[in-house]
Amino acid sequence: MSLTETTYLVVGASFALYIFIAIRSRAGSTQEFYVAGKGIHPVANGMATAADWMSAASFISMAGLIGLSYNGYGGSVFLMGWTGGYVILAMLIAPYLRKYGKFTVPEFIGDRYYSDTARVVAVICLIICSVTYVIGQMKGIGVAFSRFLETDYETGLFSGMVIVFFYAVLGGMKGITYTQIAQFCVLIFAYTVPAIFISLQLTGQPVPQIGLGSTLADGTYLLEKLDRTLLDLGFQEYTTSVRGSTLNMAAFTASLMIGTAGLPHVIIRFFTVPTVRAARTSAGWALLFIAILYTTAPAVAAMARLNIMQTLEPQPGQHLAVEERPGWFRNWEQTGLLGIEDKNGDGLIQYSADSETNELVTLDNDILVLANPEIAKLPNWVIALVAAGGLAAALSTAAGLLLAISSAISHDLLKRTLMPDISERQELMASRLAMAGAVLGAGYLGLNPPGFAAGTVALAFGLAASSLFPALLLGIFSKRVTREGAVLGMLAGIGVTLAYVFQHKGIMFIPGTSFLGDLPPNWFLGIEPNAFGVVGAIVNFSVTLTVSRLTAPPPESVQQLVEDIRVPVSSG
Amino acid sequence: MIDTNDETARQVYWRENRRWMLILGTIWFVVSLGCGVLWVETLNQIQVGGFKLGFWFAQQGAIYTFIVLIFVYARVMARLEKRLGFEEPEA
Repeated sequence: MSLTETTYLVVGASFALYIFIAIRSRAGSTQEFYVAGKGIHPVANGMATAADWMSAASFISMAGLIGLSYNGYGGSVFLMGWTGGYVILAMLIAPYLRKYGKFTVPEFIGDRYYSDTARVVAVICLIICSVTYVIGQMKGIGVAFSRFLETDYETGLFSGMVIVFFYAVLGGMKGITYTQIAQFCVLIFAYTVPAIFISLQLTGQPVPQIGLGSTLADGTYLLEKLDRTLLDLGFQEYTTSVRGSTLNMAAFTASLMIGTAGLPHVIIRFFTVPTVRAARTSAGWALLFIAILYTTAPAVAAMARLNIMQTLEPQPGQHLAVEERPGWFRNWEQTGLLGIEDKNGDGLIQYSADSETNELVTLDNDILVLANPEIAKLPNWVIALVAAGGLAAALSTAAGLLLAISSAISHDLLKRTLMPDISERQELMASRLAMAGAVLGAGYLGLNPPGFAAGTVALAFGLAASSLFPALLLGIFSKRVTREGAVLGMLAGIGVTLAYVFQHKGIMFIPGTSFLGDLPPNWFLGIEPNAFGVVGAIVNFSVTLTVSRLTAPPPESVQQLVEDIRVPVSSG
Repeated sequence: MIDTNDETARQVYWRENRRWMLILGTIWFVVSLGCGVLWVETLNQIQVGGFKLGFWFAQQGAIYTFIVLIFVYARVMARLEKRLGFEEPEA
């Protein structure tokens, strides 16, 4: 069987499984549609959260980001940032919002800040964060299809939309939860199998996390070898190259952490478990499942980088001849992810940090994960599995985001603000329609990515960190924070973050409108735009607390609500 | 068992909760932004197997610690709730 046939078979089987689950888990009430009836076991919810969380970016791009763009140590910001947020979520956010026991994040903000304005501002922040995020997933689906199944991008995107449409519209949160569990199993298997093989080949150690610290066949430590090879080529050392400055690394990590804890599609997953206690353990399970991928990724990053360099230069000074490059190398050149240019015309490929002489002119981040099985000469079914895994990661995250968007529209805007009199059946119908609309909207944006789609995922974190997270945290931990404070704080936080990103990356990312230029000397304290969420959050906190001091305290009923969510059982 | 309406039980619960958040939150900060970022150069002087220690914290150790922190928190809170009679009925 050819590789393409195998891939069709594996991907087709995984899709059939998702559809089967969708048919088995239709939602019959709004409670089932929004929060899966609050009956999900904490371990099951942990798995679903892990799939919800790990997107196409985590699966396909993260190892490459760490291993190539951020040159090793600098990439730690993603590893710590995208996992550390779960500690905040488990201690400061999830248990209290679960106790509050309703359906959406804007709903809590609207009730806690006793104001429809706060609710609508939260809906707007939620939609900005989630839409920027979902565009990336739709692109991921299209790209995965076109690379592995040799369809064109549009066909791939359309197939993905049909699948998501099917299970998200039918089953809402209930259907999404059970498909996410299946998707987690597919994606984690697909990620770890090639990693185990590559670790065995390089270090003889089957556990990649240990392999990363083990010795190679020649007796030197893998990381030591990597450091030395990179230094010889003119790069910085792998294990010590800092991204920007120490302050920038800290700000970047902190932004991703609090962004994680403020992203609505993750928070609502904790509304599906039966108790407050289950919300806490479920966060632990979620992180455990996420960590399987997140501790494997740095091993994949280092090992695949070393493998590529050793393919190009097996011995110092002995370069790979252009004519002798392996089959996988040629295949990936066709996709545009790898590219060579024999600048000095010697028929050999010289890889170096110096862009004047470097002949490996294109080396896309995604190549580390996508080409990994072929570089390690693994069988076709493993390569097919990587395709199914990448699609599972993109589909599961897209579905979670679409649910967050559609429930904000049907529940917060329609039921709680505009048309409070609609019946539950009408609301369920409205939520299905909103979901259908969200899928179509996301598909449209995936086909016609707007200019700002380039920097989207990191931006979504910055926006969540600077808008929703402070409002949620203060809403739980302070009884004195007022609606005026929260509304102005959210607007100030998201405003400052957007302004900073736009002034460096262009207004709505349109090139040429970045009036300060995207240049490190112009960065505030040397903090890059993607890391600015934490500054936005500080602005939000300051504005909220100051304004709250100057305005009348919240009514007694709201103070009672805060008292009430702090303990797991209601008094009375 | 203490009455759940009892103000003091609620105060004890909230005080203990904040104490654990502070303790575990400090560890959270130390292993990630501390060992992984601020003091990474110093820790990198120490080599453990094939890892520089600071690098290991940033790419492995911090994540393992996070998992332990969440389960410890879940456990101490469940015990506290049992002690104060704030246990939820199984749904």
